[in-house]
Amino acid sequence: MNPVNYLYLAALLFTIGATGVLIRRNAIVVFMCIELMLNACNLAFVTFSRMHGNLDGQIIAFFTMVVAAAEVVVGLAIIVSLFRSRHSASVDDASLMKL
Amino acid sequence: MENLIALLVAAPLLGAAVLLCGGRRLDAVGQWIGTVLAGASFVIGVVLFADMLGKDAEHRILIQHLWTWIPVESFQADVTFRLDQLSMTFVLLITGVGSLIHLYSVGYMEHDERRRRFFGYLNLFLAAMLLLVLADNYLLLYVGWEGVGLASYLLIGFWQHKPSAATAAKKAFLVNRVGDMGLSIAIMLMFTTFGTFAFGPVFSHVGETGEGKLTAIGLMLLLAACGKSAQVPLQSWLGDAMEGPTPVSALIHAATMVTAGVYLIVRSGAIFNAAPDAQLAVTVVGAVTLLFGAIVGCAKDDIKKALAGSTMSQIGYMVLAAGLGPIGYVFAIMHLVTHGFFKAGLFLGAGSVMHGMNDEVDMRKYGGLRKYMPVTFITFGLGYLAIIGFPGLSGFFSKDKIIEAAFAKGGTEGWILGGAALLGAAITAFYMTRVMLMTFFGEERWRNQPTRSPEAASAEPAAEHHGEHAEPHPHESPKVMTIPMIVLAVGSVFGGAFFSIGDRFLHWLEPITGHSEGNSPLSAATVTGGTMVCLLIGVGIAYAMYGRRPVPSVAPRGSLLTRAARRDLLQDDFNHVVLVRGGEHLTRSLVYVDHTLVDGVVNGTAASVGGLSGRMRKLQNGFARSYAVSMFGGAAILVAATLLMRAV
Amino acid sequence: MSFPLLTATAVLPAIGAVATAAVPAARRTAAKSLALLVSLATLALAITILVRFDPDGGRYQLTESHAWIADFGVRYELGVDGIAVALIALTALLMPFIILAGWHDADPLETGSKRWRPTQGFFALILGVEAMVIISFEATDVFLFYIFFEAMLIPMYFLIGGFGDRAHEHGEEAASTQRSYAAVKFLLYNLVGGLIMLAAVIGLYVVAGNFSLQEIAQARANGSLHMATNTERWLFLGFFFAFAVKAPLWPLHTWLPNAMQESTAPVAVLITAVVDKVGTFAMLRFCLQLFPEASKWATPAILVLALISIIYGALLAVGQRDIKRLVAYASISHFGFIILGIFAMTSQGQSGATLYMVNHGISTAALMLVAGFLISRRGSRLIADYGGVQKVAPVLAGTFLIGGLATLSLPGLAPFVSEFLVLVGTFTRYPAIGIIATFGIVLAALYTLVLYQRTMTGPVKQEVSAMPDLRARELVVVAPLIVLLIFLGVYPKPVTDIVNPAVKSTLSDVHKKDPKPEVEAVAK
Repeated sequence: MNPVNYLYLAALLFTIGATGVLIRRNAIVVFMCIELMLNACNLAFVTFSRMHGNLDGQIIAFFTMVVAAAEVVVGLAIIVSLFRSRHSASVDDASLMKL
Repeated sequence: MENLIALLVAAPLLGAAVLLCGGRRLDAVGQWIGTVLAGASFVIGVVLFADMLGKDAEHRILIQHLWTWIPVESFQADVTFRLDQLSMTFVLLITGVGSLIHLYSVGYMEHDERRRRFFGYLNLFLAAMLLLVLADNYLLLYVGWEGVGLASYLLIGFWQHKPSAATAAKKAFLVNRVGDMGLSIAIMLMFTTFGTFAFGPVFSHVGETGEGKLTAIGLMLLLAACGKSAQVPLQSWLGDAMEGPTPVSALIHAATMVTAGVYLIVRSGAIFNAAPDAQLAVTVVGAVTLLFGAIVGCAKDDIKKALAGSTMSQIGYMVLAAGLGPIGYVFAIMHLVTHGFFKAGLFLGAGSVMHGMNDEVDMRKYGGLRKYMPVTFITFGLGYLAIIGFPGLSGFFSKDKIIEAAFAKGGTEGWILGGAALLGAAITAFYMTRVMLMTFFGEERWRNQPTRSPEAASAEPAAEHHGEHAEPHPHESPKVMTIPMIVLAVGSVFGGAFFSIGDRFLHWLEPITGHSEGNSPLSAATVTGGTMVCLLIGVGIAYAMYGRRPVPSVAPRGSLLTRAARRDLLQDDFNHVVLVRGGEHLTRSLVYVDHTLVDGVVNGTAASVGGLSGRMRKLQNGFARSYAVSMFGGAAILVAATLLMRAV
Repeated sequence: MSFPLLTATAVLPAIGAVATAAVPAARRTAAKSLALLVSLATLALAITILVRFDPDGGRYQLTESHAWIADFGVRYELGVDGIAVALIALTALLMPFIILAGWHDADPLETGSKRWRPTQGFFALILGVEAMVIISFEATDVFLFYIFFEAMLIPMYFLIGGFGDRAHEHGEEAASTQRSYAAVKFLLYNLVGGLIMLAAVIGLYVVAGNFSLQEIAQARANGSLHMATNTERWLFLGFFFAFAVKAPLWPLHTWLPNAMQESTAPVAVLITAVVDKVGTFAMLRFCLQLFPEASKWATPAILVLALISIIYGALLAVGQRDIKRLVAYASISHFGFIILGIFAMTSQGQSGATLYMVNHGISTAALMLVAGFLISRRGSRLIADYGGVQKVAPVLAGTFLIGGLATLSLPGLAPFVSEFLVLVGTFTRYPAIGIIATFGIVLAALYTLVLYQRTMTGPVKQEVSAMPDLRARELVVVAPLIVLLIFLGVYPKPVTDIVNPAVKSTLSDVHKKDPKPEVEAVAK
């Protein structure tokens, strides 16, 4: 199969993720969309690795996974504590970080 | 011998330092320290004088180089003293009259608690004045020049709790500063022209530069002289300066400091001789001032201010003579010396009268005092005769010579200047007779009236031991005050004759100032006769107005001229409206400009930056998703830009 | 290697600053004494420099040179010429007086006040400023100079904003607002100046390839480093702008009155007598040496600005109601004279300007510190609140008068010598400007005497009737300054001897010679 198709898929997934981040209010969903975007990037990296015939892309994909895992831990913790204090998981409710 | 010159200055300077830094423990003896050191300076002066008399005329100049003062490349200012016949004359006048007045002040200031400081200031004045006349270059002269200005400032404002005294002091200093500006510009001009401002090199190279430069230097020196010597148009401070204690008026504002301008012009004779236009300006200033001062002197009821007008007028004579060039230099200085005697004597007499009259200064409240203060009356009377030029007394010799010299100038100028001098002599006779009659003759107008309002009476602390509010009890002053008056009166009587017989003074000064006879269209006898006629007219009119009729104790309204003369011929009003008011408006508007315009631009910039950032921060709305949009937008633009760049 | 005297002189107060700051809060007096001691030790080092400096020796002496940031050609290079020596001596001399005069300025306020005033910090900051000013005078590397020229702002900012004058007509709250305004204004003005200078410093590096003043000046002199006319002008303007803000020159002056008005008197002295001198000093050292042609090109404009400063500052001083603002505007007028002297490009002008920096430092210190003592007694800076002080506190009034007379350049006191030299130096080349500048001396008399008359003479006001005279500590501060004013007025030769050779070489850098007099009346 032509590896370019994987790139199309990655672009599609990234777009879905980005749209989700922008239009959804629920923090959990936004979070999942971010994960989707990360994974879209991973897919692209792996594809490039395959296309160029070296391992750089795969190594970066592993990095991304580690970062994503760490991010999940921190992010979920923030969401949980936010939900505890405000009884809502809407990102628009947490708009205190402004001047 | 020349090593003694520095001591002349050092003695009073030491006195000033000791008295001003010494603190209260010197309060009891301060006046004697000051007097003794002034006397010491006089003794040194006499020693130097005796030494000088023993030498030939050519070897009389003594130079003492002390140290290099300001050396910057070609600009070399030294602290060097020069004692020649001209400065010797001044040294003797300054220290002599100065010592007498110190002595007088011991009595006059007896009850002033700040007496120590008074003597400190007097000593400071002597030191500065001696520095002025002993300096061997113009910059050092400038130090003395401003030094006497400072001493004058401190002494005019000595009773500084009186706002009028403080204001008068400030005014004197400021007007003098305008003159000082002239002196500093003159020094700068000399430096650019000759590369130096020491007397010797400048005078010997005068011929090598153009007349324009010399005229400019001369006019600037004249400006300086106008400030210090209270000549029109910078005369306005002298009348107010009478706020100072009377010994100060006698020493500084009659006998010595105010004549510094004449010294400057005579000293710079070489420059003026080569700049006829500047000389003409000098004579004009002198002639105008001698009439101006005389007219003002006629209208004043305050005895000291009348005498101040007279001082102005007499210095006008000296400046006139100095402006005549070699014809007049010697006589300018001669009149200066005799004037030093009789005017100091007159002022001390006025002080003695005030001392006996609860510090009343209004002559309309005097009258008939001759019985009560005989010594004051006689000494004052002799001074009076001397100043009006009564034959045989000193004023007769010196003033007559000036009038003669003015005619000797020749041409129309000579006639105008001589006429002005003659007219001045008549007015002098008038106002001095007026002072004399109002003070010592006529009814006793001080009877049955309290002399001064309470706050005015406390103004001169000497009054404190007299009964205030009460009728004054005129009495003779103590010996310590009358002795100086007697000495000065002797000088006023015999000084002129002593100088003139055998032309002693002329021969003494001629090597320094030079002398030429001029060609007078009138014979000496004619001039003397004319002067006598003027004198008689002046005395006669005064007698008719003040001797035969009673003097009203409240001033009548008077003619327009009288009223103008009372206000110093409106010159003060002009200054007030144009300079003071104008200056106030200028500074006020500048403060406004500085605040709104200069500072406003800066503050405006700050405010607009602040406003802009206020608007920008609205973008920071706290919604995570809106930040995400801008992030994506930014990323998209970057990608697009990259692609675009690659495409191009 | 010989003892690094210059480094030591700068480092000693820096160490002193750290040590003072580290003294425990409870031992306030110990901190003050330590600061005083350090400043005295620094003075001793400065005097050593003065003694070791040989006026007839090479141009830069006691030099030190070490590699620092080799990649950019930045070196740690110190060296002093006569001008720098005079100014280092001035700085070191004034510091003990400033510290002594401010002895109680940073004491904690009365109980009940919420404001906390860290005494140690006050003295540590003053010493910090001293260290930076001294190294600025010593640096012969443009980058090194720039760093400390800018770093000085930090302690100054805190000194102005944190330890302001307590006397304020509208209470403590308003005082605090005013103070921050003044501090921020000071900082912003000088930062903008510094920023523009930074651009010029980088530009200079691009053109010259290193930062060494001596190397660049030498290369410029022997023609091996050519600068395009426009480049040189732009670089000159960049440097000059920063120095003109610091100096300050009209119309960049408005930060000074605010800063001096709001800070305590010793800090005000620190600003105008010491820190501002770095600006005028740098004009002489950097502008003229690095950019001789551009300096000559800009001379007419700068002279006019200096002239405006002189007259404008003096006129505004006349119109002030606040004692400290009055002194600030008077200083602006005096800085006009200094800049006039520098750019008149004559030896009298530049020697006079250097002397002026020294004398103005001493005279302003005398006047301002006495004014500070006066203000601290009455708690008001307004001239109208005083009157008749002379009667109750004659010594205070007397010293105030002497300070004032020095400000109006009375002959016999030090400032006269420098002012006259500047005037003469200007006059020989630009007579018209010299004459107009002379009007400044009349205006100086006006503002000084008006100030003296309104505060010291007249009837005694109720509020000042119980005013104590100068205390021993205050007299110790003022008396030496007055003695120095008189000494340098009568015998300025020691200073001119040190300064003259340095000015001579500066003038040869810009290829200018003194105008010849019309008549050679003095045999050479």
